[in-house]
Amino acid sequence: MIIGTQVSINALLAFGVTFVIITGGIDLSLGSMVAVTGVVAATFAHPDTYPLAVPLLAGLGAGLLFGAFNGFVVTKSKVPPFIVTLGTMTIGRGLALILSKGRPVSNLSDPFNFIGGGNVFGIPFPIIILIIAFLVCSVILNKTILGRYMYAVGGNEPAARASGIGVNRVKMWVYTICGILSALGGILLTSRITTGQPNAGAGFELDAIAAAIIGGTSTSGGTGTMTGTLIGALLIGVISNSLDLLNVTSYYQQVVMGVIIIGAVVLDSAGKKERG
Amino acid sequence: MAETILRVKQLSRSFSGIKALDNVQLDLKKGEVHALMGENGAGKSTFMKILIGLLAADSGEIIFEGSHLENSNVSDTLKKGISMIHQEMLVIPELTVAQNIFLGREKEVTRKSGWPSLWLDDSEINRKAAELLKQMGVSIDPEARMKFLSVAQMQMVEIAKAISNNAKVIIMDEPTSAISDREVATLFGIIRELKAREVSIIYISHKMDEIFEISDTITVLRDGKYIATKAASELDNNSLIAMMVGREISQMFPENAGNHGEVVLSVQNLSSKGKFSDIHFQVRSGEILGLAGLMGAGRTEIARAIFGLDPLEKGEIKIRDQNVRIQSPQDAISKGIGYVSEDRKGLGFIPDMSVSDNIILSSLRQHRKGIFIDEKGKELTVNRIINELRIKTSGTDQKAVQLSGGNQQKVVIGKVLLASPEIVILDEPTRGVDVGAKVEIYKLIRNLSEKGIAIIMISSELPEILGMSDRILVLSKGRQTAVLSGKEATQEMIMKYAVA
Repeated sequence: MIIGTQVSINALLAFGVTFVIITGGIDLSLGSMVAVTGVVAATFAHPDTYPLAVPLLAGLGAGLLFGAFNGFVVTKSKVPPFIVTLGTMTIGRGLALILSKGRPVSNLSDPFNFIGGGNVFGIPFPIIILIIAFLVCSVILNKTILGRYMYAVGGNEPAARASGIGVNRVKMWVYTICGILSALGGILLTSRITTGQPNAGAGFELDAIAAAIIGGTSTSGGTGTMTGTLIGALLIGVISNSLDLLNVTSYYQQVVMGVIIIGAVVLDSAGKKERG
Repeated sequence: MAETILRVKQLSRSFSGIKALDNVQLDLKKGEVHALMGENGAGKSTFMKILIGLLAADSGEIIFEGSHLENSNVSDTLKKGISMIHQEMLVIPELTVAQNIFLGREKEVTRKSGWPSLWLDDSEINRKAAELLKQMGVSIDPEARMKFLSVAQMQMVEIAKAISNNAKVIIMDEPTSAISDREVATLFGIIRELKAREVSIIYISHKMDEIFEISDTITVLRDGKYIATKAASELDNNSLIAMMVGREISQMFPENAGNHGEVVLSVQNLSSKGKFSDIHFQVRSGEILGLAGLMGAGRTEIARAIFGLDPLEKGEIKIRDQNVRIQSPQDAISKGIGYVSEDRKGLGFIPDMSVSDNIILSSLRQHRKGIFIDEKGKELTVNRIINELRIKTSGTDQKAVQLSGGNQQKVVIGKVLLASPEIVILDEPTRGVDVGAKVEIYKLIRNLSEKGIAIIMISSELPEILGMSDRILVLSKGRQTAVLSGKEATQEMIMKYAVA
């Protein structure tokens, strides 16, 4: 069930970045957040040291702080989110290496390793986390005031501001939520490979963004759904798995994946023209 | 009788089964200004898009200079001599004036000067542009970046571009919607010059007085159908409106009962550097204060400052005798101020969101259960507003961007009203709205004032200011030059103070 874990991690990150993209932003630091939060969690997850809650809360807390920092810089400076998170991507990678002194953090407790590798009623635990996260994210996006404000901010930011919406607060929230979801991904990965790897998660942000885009989220903001993103993540997982089974080498897999991303957007925009 | 340059016969075009144009005809003479009139949705823009080759017709004929225009695209029609000046100014802001004028034709210009065709000769482009602008009698630096130009200047550049393309027909889509009266005079001067050179103009506008001032012939469309073509001299305001809306409008402006209560808003010494200074006025409950002045007089800037969109340099704002500090639209809304912006697309609504989400946007917090949206309560409120304001929509989940201009405006007004304001600032409330919807918006504004809301109405249309206001504050270059009584004021008086 490696596939299940990999899809779960990608989907969690993709949910986070979907929120951000809907508000018209972008987050490139997802992969680095995975590494930082994974290392932080692993540091507290050695056997017979702390109860399980400590590494979990430490990892999630690190993600929350990292995400909030992204949100803070994006809202307080006029620097575009692309640049801000490009910067924090590098900062995050550096932090992960500093915290781990450049070495993998291994020897983790059994309960911690259960998160990424265990089964409940025969269902891999990562899948359960994925389903819960999907439900929570869907509810936030569709049923809460915050979710509605996200669409408003991404759809027309000046109009949202003139409607009395605290645009900066909405942005703080989305980057923070994105950080927490990345931390969840980081904990899953660390638990799955039973090591806190400072070099883990490189390039994850691109797969997550790809899942959101294949799922119909517009990079110009204002549109997108969690269901779409989930389908996007599943599609990426299923396709790379089938290509594996068909013995297609990973070099060709990358080419295929790129074609699929572009194809999905082309089809989507062609469909919009037809309807519009 | 002048020679016909462009004849259109039985032109039709449908979009997914709905006829946008149904057997439309047009007969354009050389050197005439031909106004194309009709409400929003009458088919004017579809018609023009077909003329310039942006859309294909389903059936019909277009005969230009004696030959059929078929399956042509934009660059074909441009070469043949049909140019359009779009309302939203399709220019490249980062390029210079000269580069914009010769965009796509750099080779033609520079080849003549002997440069190898791969090379761009900007000095030659600049020289030619300067020559062209001088001919037109406008002083615009050809090397200035487009983004630093005013809307009126951009328009002049677009006209220069059309002229340099040897345009024989120039289509102007609402050319005066965003320029000042003085700039309109310059524009009309240039149009008259073009006429003298036998260039034909198709002129689209909602402003009646302009139509009668500049056009020779008027063609009216309604619901995609051709209604009539008449000489401008045969028509007057009322007969033209009747043709456009298909019925007589007996009364543009509703009666004013004139019941005013206590002072709700008063401002003192309001100043903002470079925009306006020393503004003071008060508005009573149930009163409509008109803000008149030329483009750039500071009217919108005052509204934006009061609403917290721009910072104030100094001055006091009092609401019901309480000093208030307003630093953001959020503050303003919570203190009972509502603002309907002139820039409906930019500040008014979220295009991709539904009608219902747009209407509820400022009052979502009053429709919640915890952090969740109270969907039922929300739908009830939205439906009430849709009925009260008579918003025409296919359903509450229709996207706001799909509504007509007048209905979009009502959505924005509905959103502002739901935040229960005591003071509503309406900035050009009928801009880009057709005549029928205008009358409804006037009624709506009057209703609000009768409910005791204090209203500040900014408008560039003098009949509107005169027809609606109890008092009129006239601004000129950021200073207030007069406060006139709505009953006694005339267009001449307002203009006198507006240029003072």
